[in-house]
Amino acid sequence: MNAQNLASGSAYFIAKETELPVTTVLSVLVDNEPGVLARVIGLFSGRGYNIESLTVSETEHEQHLSRITIVTRGTPHILDQIRHQLERIVPVHRVVDLSVRADELGQSGPIQRELALVKVAGLGEHRNEALRLADAFHAKVSDATTEHFIFEITGKGSKIDQFIAIMKPLGLVEICRTGVAAMNRGPRGM
Amino acid sequence: MTAEKLASESHSSQRREMTGAEMVVQALIDQGVTDIFGYPGGAVLPIYDELFQQDRINHILVRHEQGAGHAAEGYARSTGKVGVMLVTSGPGATNAVTPLQDALMDSIPLVCISGQVPTSLIGSDAFQECDTVGITRPCTKHNWLVKDVNDLARVLHEAFHVAKTGRPGPVLVDVPKDVQFATGIYTPPEVSPRTSYHPRIQGDIEAIKQAVALMLTAKRPVIYSGGGVINSGNEASKLLRELVELTNFPITSTLMGLGAYPASGKNWLGMLGMHGTYEANMTMHDCDVMVNIGARFDDRITGRISGFSPNSKKIHIDIDPSSINKAVRVDVPVIGDVAHVLEDMIRLIRASSTKPDEKAMGAWWSQIDKWRSRKSLSYTRNKDVIMPQYALERLYALTKDRDTYITTEVGQHQMWAAQFYHFEKPNRWMTSGGLGTMGYGLPAALGVQIAHPDSLVIDIAGDASVQMNMQEMSAAVQYEAPIKIFILNNQYMGMVRQWQQLLHGNRLSHSYTEALPDFVKLAEAYGGHGIRCEKPGDLDDAIQEMIDVKKPVLFDCRVANLANCFPMIPSGKAHNEMLLPDEATDDAVANAIDAKGRQLV
Repeated sequence: MNAQNLASGSAYFIAKETELPVTTVLSVLVDNEPGVLARVIGLFSGRGYNIESLTVSETEHEQHLSRITIVTRGTPHILDQIRHQLERIVPVHRVVDLSVRADELGQSGPIQRELALVKVAGLGEHRNEALRLADAFHAKVSDATTEHFIFEITGKGSKIDQFIAIMKPLGLVEICRTGVAAMNRGPRGM
Repeated sequence: MTAEKLASESHSSQRREMTGAEMVVQALIDQGVTDIFGYPGGAVLPIYDELFQQDRINHILVRHEQGAGHAAEGYARSTGKVGVMLVTSGPGATNAVTPLQDALMDSIPLVCISGQVPTSLIGSDAFQECDTVGITRPCTKHNWLVKDVNDLARVLHEAFHVAKTGRPGPVLVDVPKDVQFATGIYTPPEVSPRTSYHPRIQGDIEAIKQAVALMLTAKRPVIYSGGGVINSGNEASKLLRELVELTNFPITSTLMGLGAYPASGKNWLGMLGMHGTYEANMTMHDCDVMVNIGARFDDRITGRISGFSPNSKKIHIDIDPSSINKAVRVDVPVIGDVAHVLEDMIRLIRASSTKPDEKAMGAWWSQIDKWRSRKSLSYTRNKDVIMPQYALERLYALTKDRDTYITTEVGQHQMWAAQFYHFEKPNRWMTSGGLGTMGYGLPAALGVQIAHPDSLVIDIAGDASVQMNMQEMSAAVQYEAPIKIFILNNQYMGMVRQWQQLLHGNRLSHSYTEALPDFVKLAEAYGGHGIRCEKPGDLDDAIQEMIDVKKPVLFDCRVANLANCFPMIPSGKAHNEMLLPDEATDDAVANAIDAKGRQLV
């Protein structure tokens, strides 16, 4: 298999892709039943699509509905395929490409937020610097001893990336990120 | 039917208490199932015990679970009903994987019920345990593990609903042994209780209008139909014929769609694609409007995508939205069931003031006739050796006036069968298209014969494929299913060899079978009937003998060893770059595929 076929996410005689890949955010509303997440991620791995971020939780307890948010990357043609393939999964109710929807609404993109816990350990000037920077990033201190902090930071992925990069030389120990939660602006639901 | 029996039946489908195993049998009855294919084992014994105590469901004992699956597929394809298979846990379920994937790729409605170890043992690596729903998740349309007996009836009914509606496909219900023993409330079938699954049946009328407008202004149109027409039901085939009659458009079909339009119809171009006719592929290449009805632009059909029908506007009717723009970008997609869409389409065409351009159509048909006169399926006869094409011509001639069903294995014989056996009706042709499963045809023939006990059912086979599920001869003998296995025996895996000649410098690596069984003795060992034929002159009598014998037959038809299957679109080439039989010299074959094409399959 050659590179062009790999990039197209399918096999055999697929024509060379001339479109450029873009990143998009998909919201998938599913029945919260056993195996549903495996079906969704199995589709991505089985068909060679990318998952850059994945967030899932039950959002409507009475109806047992979960909302899965997937950040993925591909050409518009592939993204269209991903959406249709997701819609084929029996327990999937709805699939909305939030980025496309934002375009339709004339907005720059969906609201995307991530939460991260960032553990930093250190003494002296490093410790003070970490605290000052955390304050500048509106990160909260969730846990602390004289030797460490756990910062809780919420924001766009890029902001969290930046925060983590800054913490690295200041004694970064570990990071946990939730993945992206996203929704379109305005009064309408998905 | 007696009043008593009616009463007992209406009683049976009411809510009432029963065991899980009873529910399985009751659900099958309520779904109108009369025949199932299966193999017992530890984890399905309670269900088998229920089967023993009733006479509504006829169980066919196969010799391998793969055979059960293909038999159920053959049963489903030849009847339009859902095929049902019953297997045990572990190896029973893993053996079912091939037919499940086969049914998924060819959109065959199949319900597989599998036994599972008791719920308390799931995850403990118990004897004959495997993660059945995990293994079969990507090869089913949907699957379920039922952990509560009170969910079992609902899930079983839902399974049938999902299997047969929308784009049909295989489903699996995994039932742990303790659930089979447990007692719960049985619920009768209901219309889809699911809120998430809504296949689209009716086509968007605006899209259909657009399609019709495009069709009526076409100067070089073609209809390219597929298995979706057959899956949609007899009405779809009827409407397809009406559409062709109404528009006078030429029509070709995929391997899966053969029979939807009659091969004797005057607008028929033959099959298209890699081993399709010259006229079908050239018409596709040069057309200005293509109407794809229930096909999916499979890579065996399109050849090189960039060279695929480069100057046409494409209309695509498909029930599955993910088929649209998957391989080929289309201009007018219509999502819906073929019969529903064709009905609207025909109504709109009749009502339209625009009529097909007769002058342009005349010119188009005379061009097509020129392509037809190329006679791309011609071959050189031989009076000493049976040519495989000749064998199929004679088989067709001697069976066409009977009530005949054809299944195939996979390989050269399959393509020759598609080229030389002509189908007049849908549901008469059972072949593994998408997955290309060698070993499909013999068990599929068994399934067809169970559904149509008085019909002539023939598996056109190759000597290599047929050995993959040969064990089902034993089942055929047990159930007195007089299937005829017509083996085109060239001692090679012919298609593998053909590709080695095309791609790998004629190095025939492991494509020759050194030690074939004596098929006549083998037939006799199973309790069937064996026939061997080596001379063209003996062929007709031998075929007649095969038809007349009321037993399963293995027919060892010794054919020319080195014949290859043409015409052919080599890998990486377009429809107008076919290799025709008279041009297929050894040199041309060796150089037909360039380095880039070699990387493709």
